Amino acid sequence: MSEVKRGYVRPLDIKNGRIDLSHGSGGRAMAQLIEELFAAAFDNEYLRQGNDGALLPVPTGGRLVMAADAHVVSPLFFPGGDIGCLSVHGTINDVAVMGAKPLWLSASFIIEEGFPLADLKRIVESMAAAAKEAGVPVVTGDTKVVEQGKGDGVFITTTGVGIVPEGVSLSGDQARPGDKILVSGTLGDHGMAIMAERESLGFSAPIQSDTAALHGLIEALLASGAAVRVLRDPTRGGLATTLNEIARQSKVGMMLEEKALPVNPEVAAACEFLGLDPLYVANEGKLVVIVAPEDAERALTALRAHPLGAKATTVGSVHEDQHHFVQMTTAFGGKRIVDWLTGEQLPRIC
Amino acid sequence: MKYIDEFRDGDLARGLSAAIKRAADPSRRYHFMEFCGGHTHAISRYGVSDLLPDNVRMIHGPGCPVCVLPVGRVDMAIRLALECGVTLCTYGDTLRVPASDSLSLMKAKARGGDIRMVYSSADALKLAQQHPEKQVVFFAIGFETTTPPTAVAIKQAQALGLKNFSVLCCHVLTPSAISTILESPEVRQWGTVPLDGFIGPAHVSTIIGSQPYEFFAEEYRKPVVIAGFEPLDVMQAILMLITQVNEGRAVVENEFSRAVTREGNVKAKNLVAEVFELRRQFEWRGLNMVPYSGLRIRKEYAAFDAEKRFPVDYVSVADNKACECGAILRGVKKPQDCKLFGTVCTPENPIGSCMVSSEGACAAHYTYGRYKDYA
Repeated sequence: MSEVKRGYVRPLDIKNGRIDLSHGSGGRAMAQLIEELFAAAFDNEYLRQGNDGALLPVPTGGRLVMAADAHVVSPLFFPGGDIGCLSVHGTINDVAVMGAKPLWLSASFIIEEGFPLADLKRIVESMAAAAKEAGVPVVTGDTKVVEQGKGDGVFITTTGVGIVPEGVSLSGDQARPGDKILVSGTLGDHGMAIMAERESLGFSAPIQSDTAALHGLIEALLASGAAVRVLRDPTRGGLATTLNEIARQSKVGMMLEEKALPVNPEVAAACEFLGLDPLYVANEGKLVVIVAPEDAERALTALRAHPLGAKATTVGSVHEDQHHFVQMTTAFGGKRIVDWLTGEQLPRIC
Repeated sequence: MKYIDEFRDGDLARGLSAAIKRAADPSRRYHFMEFCGGHTHAISRYGVSDLLPDNVRMIHGPGCPVCVLPVGRVDMAIRLALECGVTLCTYGDTLRVPASDSLSLMKAKARGGDIRMVYSSADALKLAQQHPEKQVVFFAIGFETTTPPTAVAIKQAQALGLKNFSVLCCHVLTPSAISTILESPEVRQWGTVPLDGFIGPAHVSTIIGSQPYEFFAEEYRKPVVIAGFEPLDVMQAILMLITQVNEGRAVVENEFSRAVTREGNVKAKNLVAEVFELRRQFEWRGLNMVPYSGLRIRKEYAAFDAEKRFPVDYVSVADNKACECGAILRGVKKPQDCKLFGTVCTPENPIGSCMVSSEGACAAHYTYGRYKDYA
């Protein structure tokens, strides 16, 4: 940092301090913030190089995958997680659903003037813990500060790089008629955790977000040898939107069984209360797997053997359909379309 | 979920479906109108029509509050936000209703209007309390179900002496809409809309009770069965309507007895009567001007009437000529009969209001049932 003797520089006042514009100015205040907060939390050999970019070894074999994800969640802290770990998990999952082993992350912060340093520290530490647990280091980053009122606390954009081994080829256009559709667990937990917090629903047992890094689960699934065609993490727009994307890319139709959809009772209740459909509510730690029919059982066994896939189940199948409709047999016995999400999920008023 | 799943039970549905098939006389057709958007939504979402025999047809009625809101009223709300600079609080469904000049509340918000989505009138009131520097207007829409909470908000605002809270009152009345449909030439004169009975509103009836429908049963000889919004409620009501038709009866029956009484919620009704009075007429989308069908704020509460506080007058605006929302709301046409349906008019780009709310006939058919058009 500066050449000023250590003892003469007052450390960051984490307890009562707030971000001000100087923290994004490129001067000493910014250097101090980076050194005392970010570098200390994310510490790794690449970050320690201390250059504008991280110098990384070129992996041998396979193909590179790169994915970016911006995070603007509100509230910043919610039951089961916060924007910090979410920004790590989200990008790792985008890389991992390509069948890749995630290697490195970048993290860029846009912080609003006045944001409490204590909250920033909490977020950064949560991020660092998530990265450490996942074994995917944050190797480079950036910090900008915007005036009060021009941001909403903090926005975090992460980019992930990973490597797909030879022989693995997953893509949204590979679903074929006859394939089975699996999900790795309950639907809608993340979205409803956020909604319940935002609307102060005050459930006696708060709904926990499912935010988690899925690369371990995916590795176990692919290691089982099951002929997996497509992997996706059904985030915004939920399972319904993800399946519509795949149906369009693969030019197929899909049929879900409403009875088979796993939904936590608290999530189902909260959805009912707010007039929402769990099929359209975001997940941050769930996997959609499209797999050849003969390998569905093998894939399920592999998923269920992993803690993040214990509740994995088959929810439907793929068929030929020139209209690429995703449909559902309702628990009631009728049929209906499961359409793309329109706008926001709007509450019903009467 | 307890008290919910019981009303969505597939086995019971199959039993009811078989009972309906047995009861329906194969030599005739049955046409029932479900008045409420809530019923339309349940029928589409759970695939209820798949469980009905071919000679039982459901006609979607005008009971979707967003769908019947005329363009001119949304224009008023937009002018309040953009020209008068108020903080406009609205229910979520209303945000995407197309208005004049290619605007909607959502688009007005993007142009800088301070427009907030709220879940209740109480949220709007709270916002006014927290921001005494802002003029907060609650865009009050809906049938009798949402009227009492608006009345409560106005009474509370008065008790708190709030100077920055007012209401753009667009509340409408269910019985007037039913009479209009029954009096329409399509039903009464030409018979182009065959109507053998009504599924009566669920939530509206918890407030107004079952008594107001007795007039329709007696005067127009149309059976009415009040039903809850769960799919089994709807099927049970259809069975009850078929039975009435077969027996040549026309009375009001109450399937939703777990929530609806004959008198309704007297306290809520009194509160509404204290704060609101009838407008001489009110424009509905699809039904045009309907006499004594809307409410306005009484002069005792004029301080909380946004129409008095701000310079916004109602200007009637004609719908898009090709849009069939009007005919669809009266049961004269089906969504698929509209040239715009699914082509230029989709939930992403609604031209007519029936494509906006999930309770609208067009949105329900587009979102849940359009696979049938290709079968």
